[in-house]
Amino acid sequence: MKRVMHRFATPAQFLRLSAAILPWSAGLTVVLFAVGLYLALIGSPPDYQQGESVRIMYVHVPAAWMAVFVYAVMAAASAVALIWRHPLAYVAARASAPIGACFTFIALATGSLWGKPMWGAWWVWDARLTSVLILFFLYLGYIALMNAFEDQTRGERAAAILALAGAVNLPIIHWSVEWWNTLHQPASMARLGGPTIHGSLLAPLMVMALAFGAYFVTVLLLRIRSELVARKVRAIRLVRVQAAEEARLTRQARHAEA
Amino acid sequence: MSRFLLIVRRDLRIAFRQGGDSSMAVVFFVLAVVLFPLGVGPEANVLARISSGVIWVTALLATMLSLELLFQADYEDGSLELLALAPLPLETVVLAKCLANWLLIGLPLLVAAPLLAVLLHMSAAGFATLALAMALGTPTLILIGALGAALTVGARRGGVLLSLLVLPLFVPVLIFGVAAVDHAIAGLEARPLLLALAGLLLAALALTPWASAAALRQALE
Amino acid sequence: MDSLMVFLGMGGYAAYVWPALAVAAVVMIALLAQTLRSLRAREATLAALKEEPRGGGPAAEDA
Repeated sequence: MKRVMHRFATPAQFLRLSAAILPWSAGLTVVLFAVGLYLALIGSPPDYQQGESVRIMYVHVPAAWMAVFVYAVMAAASAVALIWRHPLAYVAARASAPIGACFTFIALATGSLWGKPMWGAWWVWDARLTSVLILFFLYLGYIALMNAFEDQTRGERAAAILALAGAVNLPIIHWSVEWWNTLHQPASMARLGGPTIHGSLLAPLMVMALAFGAYFVTVLLLRIRSELVARKVRAIRLVRVQAAEEARLTRQARHAEA
Repeated sequence: MSRFLLIVRRDLRIAFRQGGDSSMAVVFFVLAVVLFPLGVGPEANVLARISSGVIWVTALLATMLSLELLFQADYEDGSLELLALAPLPLETVVLAKCLANWLLIGLPLLVAAPLLAVLLHMSAAGFATLALAMALGTPTLILIGALGAALTVGARRGGVLLSLLVLPLFVPVLIFGVAAVDHAIAGLEARPLLLALAGLLLAALALTPWASAAALRQALE
Repeated sequence: MDSLMVFLGMGGYAAYVWPALAVAAVVMIALLAQTLRSLRAREATLAALKEEPRGGGPAAEDA
């Protein structure tokens, strides 16, 4: 395990690896979305009860799955960062947060647009939507905390602890909201999507889910590369400032002697 | 044990010397609850219906407001560094400060809650459960809040950031706390919900001091 | 043409389905665009920094 991690420890190694992977993940993303959207919009039948509005599910459900998955990635990266102090782990966590927040927002917006024709309201305190809303706040809090300090390292470390605290809490929150929802849900309201999804709806859903996953990998790799460049810039600037400061002090000393 | 109590006593003494801060939380609690009848109307059955939720939400907010002070003062004057270096583990220090905070703020909230429940026409069946649920819930809120306070100590706009961080984490306590009271009022079994609250408290006691201490060490580095 | 109109109509749910797809598309494309723009800008800054003489003028003078 440690050997695997050390192989990708340096930015240079990661940059080389990501440069090799990126064209493939980008290409895969495009292909999967093309196939997925075709299947979702044209190649699959409308739902018996929900009609054509079920097409929204092919975007809403993958987005919600990714929102949770990205949080898991963030939490895992944070754990690696705190335990093994792997340099890339902080970068990975930092890079994934905005992507997760975007997925969460998409899940909320599409969920609302799906809810209006289905339940007659733009927002319902359905267990799923409520949990995703809270997840959205967890993401925002994480991003805010990460950027709240002058010292970037402090921010990243604090955010890493928060990510882990959130990871522990997320199942509890989800469970409590689910329970709360069944408590308050009027008996007439049907559970969205039902406990089983019909086979013909499954294929487009899976392809779209994979498409979202490929998109995540692509954007994540790009964001990590970007963050590594930014760190390099900061490092060079720091060295230059220190060198200039040293030069200034030596000059002062020399003039004082003279 | 005696060192633990020493820190509890120290925090209490500082708080009493400074006056204002802890009573502000209770005053906020009372004022905020009083605003609801003014906003919603004095109809008894409407107020009774929302009473459990209102009391819990405002208690949550009052607790949150007071959390900022948990570590800030010690961080600013350097005593936090000394506490970190002391022979007592930082985790125990955090627990001690949480206990002091609960005595200063949680306990008064707990005492005020039944009185406010009367104002909101809560059915008498709910009072005992409300007291018990809040006795279990307020320490949990403070323990979770301490983690938020530890993470944001010394940050710019720390107070607002703290709220954003802890409110999502408060949700389970809120849900079970309100449900327990509502169940009692409806004549249903509240015990499983109180047990859930107790479970949350135990989990918070086990996990948060460790995370809070890690966060404080971060801040002191 | 007819089948296109039927497709766009989405069985009467067009007002919900298309905006939902649009929101997802806009957010994901915007995120990608911002990522790429930021990457290019940072790479440009890095390149510019590498071009500059090390430590600036005054230090070079004394050397």
